[in-house]
Amino acid sequence: MFHYALSRVLWLLPTLLAMALVTFLVMHATPGSPLDPVAEGANPLSPEAQKNLAAHYGLDRPLHEQFVIFVTKALQGDFGNSFVYKTRTVREIILDTFPISLLLGSMALALAVVGGLTLGILAAVYQNRTWDYLSVSLATIGVAVPNFVLAVFLIILFSFILPLFPTGGWDSPRNWVLPTVALALAPMGIIARFTRASMLEVIRADYTLTARAKGLGEVPVIFKHALKNAFIPVVTLLGPMFAAVGTGSFFVESIFRVPGMGRFFVLSMTGRDYPMIMAVVLTYGAFLALMNLVVDLLYGVLDPRIRY
Amino acid sequence: MRRLSRNRLAVSGGVVIVLLCLIAIFADLLAPLPYTKTNFGRLNEAPSRDFPLGTDQLGRDMFSRMIYGARVSMLVGLGAQVIVVLIGVPIGALSGYVGGRVDLFLTRFIDVMYAFPRLLFVILVMSMLGAGLTNIFIAIGLTGWVGIARQTRAQVLAIKEKEFVDGARALGAGFNRLLVRHVLPNALTPIVVAVTFGIPEAIFTEAALSFIGVGINPPTPSWGQMVGEGQQYIRSYWHLCVFPSIAIAITMLSFTFFGDGVRDALDPKLK
Repeated sequence: MFHYALSRVLWLLPTLLAMALVTFLVMHATPGSPLDPVAEGANPLSPEAQKNLAAHYGLDRPLHEQFVIFVTKALQGDFGNSFVYKTRTVREIILDTFPISLLLGSMALALAVVGGLTLGILAAVYQNRTWDYLSVSLATIGVAVPNFVLAVFLIILFSFILPLFPTGGWDSPRNWVLPTVALALAPMGIIARFTRASMLEVIRADYTLTARAKGLGEVPVIFKHALKNAFIPVVTLLGPMFAAVGTGSFFVESIFRVPGMGRFFVLSMTGRDYPMIMAVVLTYGAFLALMNLVVDLLYGVLDPRIRY
Repeated sequence: MRRLSRNRLAVSGGVVIVLLCLIAIFADLLAPLPYTKTNFGRLNEAPSRDFPLGTDQLGRDMFSRMIYGARVSMLVGLGAQVIVVLIGVPIGALSGYVGGRVDLFLTRFIDVMYAFPRLLFVILVMSMLGAGLTNIFIAIGLTGWVGIARQTRAQVLAIKEKEFVDGARALGAGFNRLLVRHVLPNALTPIVVAVTFGIPEAIFTEAALSFIGVGINPPTPSWGQMVGEGQQYIRSYWHLCVFPSIAIAITMLSFTFFGDGVRDALDPKLK
């Protein structure tokens, strides 16, 4: 177990390094430069100004040198200044916005796990009855329909037809409801589908039969015997779930005007804000890799049949 | 095939898909107005008899733009899969069949690509290459092949050990013939399933890219782009983003139902 955990932790660094390299190469291998004018059709900067700017940001050095400089600085937590928001360091922006995205993501994930498990259990217990069809349809919609489309429907339903929640903003917890739901529906659907499938399998297993034969009631059978075992395969889903919630937040944040990191992501990409792009990609990447690691270790703890 | 036709959801999904394809092909005949026709006297109008789905910020007919939007979605959904298969299947097959160092290198590479959140990478590639249909194909092709390559590799690994492959080799079949005639056809089922699920994913990717403005170039209409532009005015003009949203939802659901049906019909365990 310890060995496995250690080797996984050691693998994190090369994976992140590879991600940084791929991102770096994609940025520099494509036409266009951060020195190009931002507005379309604007006059380009004078050659001297371009040269000075390039020297200031270190863009005039050979590519491999730039990459090495970036990595050494990034390891110390220094991602440089943003090219677009010139007065702010990338670190500042990330520290300001990441917690908001994290809060939104965590709420969405919590809702997805609780809601998904509930729907999945209901569907399995009442197989081929109304509850089953209801939760399967909800799960399918959540999985199939993109979250920005769901967000539009949510706003129409719960801001216009029933004016319960505001259409956007982030000031009070009332603003948090719709973005959280919009972001949660997709992972919720996936969890519900998986829970249903694995519950159906477990409900027919011998040990569940034994529990019933002992005279246990329906509720303890479902919750103590079946759910515990059905939950194990669902845990593996949590890794990809984090990814879905993380990337989903670009769209949800922009529709609901949430001041999180997702908005900066797109802005920095189209603005060729190299330091921002690297920082955002690596923050997401590191977060995902870390979560995947936690999930894999958790899996071993939950399922005594697994030995590393 | 018979099992697929007995699945009602899958059939209705398939019917909608065929309809969407027909709309996409005959968009020029179906649309009452060209999608670029502006009418500055009638901006942001709600649905009426003249404009069944209203007009947009430039007074263009939403109904016509929706019809042309089907074209982009279908083109990307189906076209991107061709590219994904053309890249993914050979790499996966080679990796699984040759084994050894080639396999090790390719699987490591696939693992790194897997660690990348896919949409993040696609957005990165698109914003670097610039918006446009060709670039969408490139971006989806670059990222989408990984899943298919993995599937193909796993299948080829299992099949190349079978007796009939040995038999063919004993009869003197060469490398190419073995791979193309004997191994790949038997590995087809999971690839077909992966492709049917890849189509809605590509459609989603295009819609998502266009939504944030790095997908299709205006004035070509795309549903995702219409939702993206329309959602800014959702308070005043609901119709701008609601209709394209419905179109995306219906398309995605149809492909999902159809894909589920195909998977179940091809799964030998579900009889």
